[in-house]
Amino acid sequence: MSLIIEMFPTVLLVATPIIIGGLAGLFSERSGIVNICIEGIMVVGAFTGATVCVFLEKVPSLAPYAGWIACVAAIVAGTIYSILLAVSTITFKADHTIAGTAINLLSTGLTVYLCQIIFNQQRTETFVKGISRIKEVAVLSDIPIIGNMFFKNVYPTTFIALLLVLISYYIIFKTSFGLRLRSCGENPQAAASMGINVYKIRYAAVLCSGAFAGLAGAVMVFTNGIQFTVLSIHGVGFISIAALIFGKWNPFGILGASIFFGFSTALGSYASFIPYLNKLPSEFFAAIPYVLTVVALIVFSGKAIGPKAAGEIYDSGKR
Amino acid sequence: MNKKNEKILVPLVAIFIGILVGCIMLLLSGKSISALFVGLIKGLVGFDFYKPQLGINLRYPGEFLVSAMPILLTGLAIGFAYRCGMFNIGAEGQVIMGSLASCMLAILVPMPFSAVFCLIAGAIFGALWAFIPGFLKCKFNISEVVTGIMLNYTAMYGANYFLRNLPGSNPQRTVDIPQNAKLQTEFLANISQNSRLHWGFIVVIIALIVYWFIIEKTSFGYSLRATGFNKEGARYAGIKVDRSIIYSIMISGALAGLAGAIIVQGTFGYGRIMVAQDNYGFDGIAVALVGASNAIGILFSGMLFALLKVSQPILQINGIPKEIGEIISSSIVFFVALQYAIKIVLAKFTKKDSGGAK
Repeated sequence: MSLIIEMFPTVLLVATPIIIGGLAGLFSERSGIVNICIEGIMVVGAFTGATVCVFLEKVPSLAPYAGWIACVAAIVAGTIYSILLAVSTITFKADHTIAGTAINLLSTGLTVYLCQIIFNQQRTETFVKGISRIKEVAVLSDIPIIGNMFFKNVYPTTFIALLLVLISYYIIFKTSFGLRLRSCGENPQAAASMGINVYKIRYAAVLCSGAFAGLAGAVMVFTNGIQFTVLSIHGVGFISIAALIFGKWNPFGILGASIFFGFSTALGSYASFIPYLNKLPSEFFAAIPYVLTVVALIVFSGKAIGPKAAGEIYDSGKR
Repeated sequence: MNKKNEKILVPLVAIFIGILVGCIMLLLSGKSISALFVGLIKGLVGFDFYKPQLGINLRYPGEFLVSAMPILLTGLAIGFAYRCGMFNIGAEGQVIMGSLASCMLAILVPMPFSAVFCLIAGAIFGALWAFIPGFLKCKFNISEVVTGIMLNYTAMYGANYFLRNLPGSNPQRTVDIPQNAKLQTEFLANISQNSRLHWGFIVVIIALIVYWFIIEKTSFGYSLRATGFNKEGARYAGIKVDRSIIYSIMISGALAGLAGAIIVQGTFGYGRIMVAQDNYGFDGIAVALVGASNAIGILFSGMLFALLKVSQPILQINGIPKEIGEIISSSIVFFVALQYAIKIVLAKFTKKDSGGAK
């Protein structure tokens, strides 16, 4: 039991970027655009975040806030980069998967190229601090058990991710914009007949998705590394898609799935201390999220839980 | 404009714009454009315009062919499934499984003609791994894209486990596979100034011909294409759609598995324990899209992408960041995805032309 409590900061550390990345996927898929380039946008966000942070830390007056300003920069960069997906899939009716694949491929080439131009090496320089852990949250950390699990030695980004889950739930399920967004993902022709501008809604959704994914990338690089390299993201964008599916296209589902995936990753590094589990290879824990997602797809199949029109190219004349 | 012209013109326009994007990137960052083209020519034929006195070095074309082989095979793999309406993004995982099978057989079971059996093992494992998304698509109507992505990572971690536990493996690689399982020979190394050139190109040529024959000349290929055009129409015409889907993705997986086997037996000569996927499957997507999933198209686009890949170290030496190769190739894929826009622009141009002729 004490081991589980001890593991929890690691679980949250791993889960945080997956939560934010999953929400990124949620916005675009709920509007009907399949976003398989969360990984690519995260790479761009991570690069932007790390670069901005490196330069701001050299300015003494801005250094304390460098990590946070860098996160904002990553959000902006992610949004701009996602315009590629929006323009190609919404305006020019490109196949979502193909456009997404191209955007993924472009991200690593582009960011490492820029690293070579800016830093003369294939990675950014190291940043000093980025975003630092909170040792103890006042008052809350004194709560028995829960205090140790959630409020000691955690990154503030985890709380931001939790807040974003609530905000996303509110936007998607409680506002008129959210209703329109979901209707575009279920039946865009019907939505259009009610006077909703499908193109505008989908643009907004994809740009939101880009903003989230950009932030997820920055969070990833600040909490898991000391600099941006081509391996900074290593598949977390795809785990986010897994969390989105495993969480049944629902913000709280994504939260649960991400924490579960975080748990399996953390188990991988703690397994050697646990009897029985220490016999399993580390690859087993790394593969769990992917295998379980395939299993989940089989279990959920036939129950129509995903947005119905996701991945379809919108044709206003179709009935 | 007729359809056939459009099929050739759209990829050509995409390639042109992709290279243009690369040149603009170079200009904006103050690098030399000529270094790009000098590097590409050196990668293709081994002649360096910066050092003309050295003449032609056959090592470069040899290495170019080495990098083209797996990309051509994965291009054929993606193209085959695409013709049947399947987007086999899981080719990456099938490549990894093919590598695993060929490597394990070569190291664990010494036998005569090992090279041939290892290639076959690679193809079979690739096909079996591809069976999973195909089966799930038919039986449960689950998108092959999502299962493909998930199975790519599953394959990578699974293969790492087995390769790591082969006798003599260290954390980065396995031991060298036995000599008779390798596709490299001294003869090929000698004629290409010690490049890693290997007999895999025969496999690729056979695969290209078989691909063309099945797709264009057999009724099986016809039923695959019909399924790709319109699933319900094909079903109505009496084609067994589910069977077409499973067969096409399994053949696709076999081609990808062959690519994996060639990487082990030819390019490296040992199995690699991977930190990240090395994107042969994704290169295949680019090749198949630009080549319009047609055997000859895939041959040319495969060569183009292989050139952009193999020239990267030369570009770095010539003083431009090597990632420009990736930027150009991914831009080309992006603009192929944008073909709707390219078609609109092309249609405008041709309209003007015919108007002028009147």
